[in-house]
Amino acid sequence: MSGLFSTRAWNKIWLYRGTFLLGLANTLKTAAIALIIALILGIIFGLMATSNKKVLKTISRIYVEVIQNTPVLLQMCFLYYALAFSGHSPGIIVTGFLALGIYTGAYMAEVIRAGIEAVPKGQFEAAQAQGFGYVQMMFYIIIPQSIKVILPPMTNTIVNMIKNTSCLYIVGGADLLSLTYSFVTGENTGGSYAPAYIVCGVIFFLICFPLSTIASTWENSLKKREQKAAINLEATEA
Amino acid sequence: MAMIKLENVNKYFGDLHVLKDVNLEVNEGEKLVIIGPSGSGKSTTVRCMNFLETPSSGKVTIDGQELNNKNKTKVIRDTTSMVFQQFNLYPHMTVLKNLTLAPMKLQHRSKKEAEDLAYHYLDVVGLKDKADVYPTTLSGGQQQRIAIARALCSQTKIILFDEPTSALDPETIQEVLDVMIKLAKENITMVVVTHEMGFARQVADRIVFMADGQIIEEGTPEHFFENPESERVKQFLGKIIR
Repeated sequence: MSGLFSTRAWNKIWLYRGTFLLGLANTLKTAAIALIIALILGIIFGLMATSNKKVLKTISRIYVEVIQNTPVLLQMCFLYYALAFSGHSPGIIVTGFLALGIYTGAYMAEVIRAGIEAVPKGQFEAAQAQGFGYVQMMFYIIIPQSIKVILPPMTNTIVNMIKNTSCLYIVGGADLLSLTYSFVTGENTGGSYAPAYIVCGVIFFLICFPLSTIASTWENSLKKREQKAAINLEATEA
Repeated sequence: MAMIKLENVNKYFGDLHVLKDVNLEVNEGEKLVIIGPSGSGKSTTVRCMNFLETPSSGKVTIDGQELNNKNKTKVIRDTTSMVFQQFNLYPHMTVLKNLTLAPMKLQHRSKKEAEDLAYHYLDVVGLKDKADVYPTTLSGGQQQRIAIARALCSQTKIILFDEPTSALDPETIQEVLDVMIKLAKENITMVVVTHEMGFARQVADRIVFMADGQIIEEGTPEHFFENPESERVKQFLGKIIR
């Protein structure tokens, strides 16, 4: 009765489609708030990593390495249980976007650092020699040049973050995967394992595939434009 | 009054002692040319003048103000411009935007004022028709002339040139030198690091010869090219002048 081709199983999913839509809504909400946190952390720590102050660089390095070299599941458990036992229970929703935001922030920081470091040193020097302060230099001269390097990998990071909302399952989240699991194990709804997970997967795919396609198209057109520019330059020099 | 004053400036890169107790004064309106073999500290010397390199010790005074890490942005903005070996134009902006950015954002000129200024200096460097193109579409010589126009747009008393022709094709060097010769007739204080001896002889009020992080000899072009005192200078000129 739980078979992949069982009409009853598929009918049940259609009947309980609200559960999946709720899961999707929760996943997107969590991802959106986490994205804002990740961007703020990413910009702060990414800029710190490219500053010439050793203390700032070290702090940024520690954040990135600790977050990138421990499992996100552990970070979520830590935030949820450790904070709960110390009497500051943040609740499952807050744990969700906080943990995901802090985790993704480390990857954002690396993406932003790499984007800034891709701008030639001479651009920083020209700006300083003209008397631009740090903020103006970044805003008018450096960021506009690094944004095209930053956007494709940043989009990939966002795709990963949307998928990672499913890790909230470990602390009993209300995201798409967690609700799918509750659905297939539920007393009244249980049983439709294969169809339910397929639906869950299709929903994730429908959100993530367009995003990663945008990212790779972006990257390719960027490469082509660079090649073109190089050819143009050679042509004018010849 | 000295426009630029370096007092006992030392610079280390790690263990490498690249500037050894350099003392140098440049007067208002003076054209100073710094020559010497590569690795002698010429570039580091001019880069200390606008604190692109912070001296390890010693004092740098620009137009009466001693530079430090706190005031450098403000003092440099008001007094000094720089022309680089690699041009360093902003590739994401048109030539016109390159020229108007600092006047508009730093000197708070109106768009109209800044553009009038830009067209005026584009005319000076002979590239008025290139205002709306992007820098990467231009030849090296043209890019460097644009970079000079950008420096002029800030209307500072001092312009520093760090090997402005070293990255250029031989046939475009002269067009850049011609622009610089034209500038030398104005009352701008110019400090030029170069290997162009013809230019040095024609334009310099004073030539400074550096080797191994020290100033070995200084004097007028006549003194320099006719009867230099130091063996090191004679050796260098013997190699470089055919």
